[in-house]
Amino acid sequence: MPTVDLANTSLRDLNAALHRLTLDTNETHWRVLNPRGRHSVAAGIDVPITVAVEGHVGYYCAGMNKQATVIVHGNAGQGLAENMMSGQVRVKGDASQAAGATGCGGLLVIDGNASARCGISMKGIDIVVKGSVGHLSAFMAQAGNLVVLGDAGEALGDSIYEAHLYVRGNVKSLGSDCIEKPLQEHHKAQLRKLLDSAGVNGAELGEFRRYGSARRLYHFHMENLGSY
Amino acid sequence: MCGIVGLFLKDPKLEPCLGTLLAGMLGTLCDRGPDSAGFAVYGLDAPAGNVKLTLRTLPDFDIGGLLERLERVAGTPLPHRVRDTHVVLTVPAAGEATIRAELASIPGISVVGAGRRMEIFKEVGRPDRVTTRFGLAHMAGTHGIGHTRMATESAVTTNGAHPFTTGPDQCLVHNGSLSNHNAVRRELIRHGVTFQTENDSEVAAGFMTWKMREGASLEETLNASLDALDGFYTFVVGTAAGFGVLRDPIACKPAVMAETDRWVAFGTEYRALVDLPGVENAKVWEPEPATPYLWERH
Repeated sequence: MPTVDLANTSLRDLNAALHRLTLDTNETHWRVLNPRGRHSVAAGIDVPITVAVEGHVGYYCAGMNKQATVIVHGNAGQGLAENMMSGQVRVKGDASQAAGATGCGGLLVIDGNASARCGISMKGIDIVVKGSVGHLSAFMAQAGNLVVLGDAGEALGDSIYEAHLYVRGNVKSLGSDCIEKPLQEHHKAQLRKLLDSAGVNGAELGEFRRYGSARRLYHFHMENLGSY
Repeated sequence: MCGIVGLFLKDPKLEPCLGTLLAGMLGTLCDRGPDSAGFAVYGLDAPAGNVKLTLRTLPDFDIGGLLERLERVAGTPLPHRVRDTHVVLTVPAAGEATIRAELASIPGISVVGAGRRMEIFKEVGRPDRVTTRFGLAHMAGTHGIGHTRMATESAVTTNGAHPFTTGPDQCLVHNGSLSNHNAVRRELIRHGVTFQTENDSEVAAGFMTWKMREGASLEETLNASLDALDGFYTFVVGTAAGFGVLRDPIACKPAVMAETDRWVAFGTEYRALVDLPGVENAKVWEPEPATPYLWERH
């Protein structure tokens, strides 16, 4: 298993090594030591490998991820897994602002809390947060699923398009055009699948509430003409 | 951008290392603010009945001549320490007004801080070079705050460098930009607050100075700032006893706090904290928006 110690290897060298890998690589498990809050650790991978990062990371960790599984044994700074396309990113601690921002696919699992703007402008990514999320999470969310086992901060789902939001705890307030919707059987099936893939056992599906778009905002309405 | 840091020591055994730790934190944040840097250190108390004034002089200023002139006015020798362009002067509290009046008549001198414990140093230049010039690594103390500046709202000058003093033993560092600083400045000038720059952060400092002068506590002042100041900000305010942290309600500007049983630290990024002793086992979290945090020794 390749082990890269960022105490004596540059971040560029690490990421370049990860980018050089081909689909048939035998180096499928990597360990990264001493990240010490550095930015862009394991960003831009496009092969089905697993990278375990031992410590806290800075901004944009696992950004643009495709195919890979990146596991952070620590906290993550802003923009974790931003614009992820596929694969998985798992964080054992907390994540800062804008986790999963603009993500198009794949699964992001945060064991701790995520702060403000989690899933901002998400476009198909699935995000499971075992703790709580901060204000303006799922802002302008377009597609995908955000599951929160704890609470959600102010203005959840502000200006949301078509993403699905499931929250088990309290929601401080809903953003513009975001409403609660009935949790039907097919939603429960989807939620069960998401919780299973995130390794969450024993959560009672009936405790979750579903939120989504009222669809009043993103269509043009003649009567709103004066507001433009 | 900009970077701000704060370090509050709970374990007195770490006090001789305060400057070294703070210099390391500021050095890491050079790339968030390469234009200027500054810091406040809360070290030894001035002797009873005395106050410490931190003076900033222009480069090549005749500091010897200045001291002679001030001692003549004070009628007593004034203990002092010169650090690069700054002089920390210990003056009898009873004579402070006279000495300040004399200083005001001398071009090229400004009083950047005053108090029983606080000393402030700030200059234009890369933060790691600025901290070296002032010898921060050799300073001891109970707590300190610091700033690395990437100028956006006003010119790169020493007067535009942080921290800005907000009163005796108090100062402010700011990461962000205020959008209503001109209106607030005009209002404060009507209340008798004076300003040296066009800088937005100086307005935040002026607002806090005014609130506390009117009798508000630091916590009340921080809460009042939420209503009065518009824009992006994370503030760290140093006081004689500790420091306070405030983020704007949107919390655009990053902020990380960490705590162990030996210290409490604030950093714009976690990277700034990685050399603190025992950080790997610290509790690490982000301060909530629109919520004042205070760490003070009682």
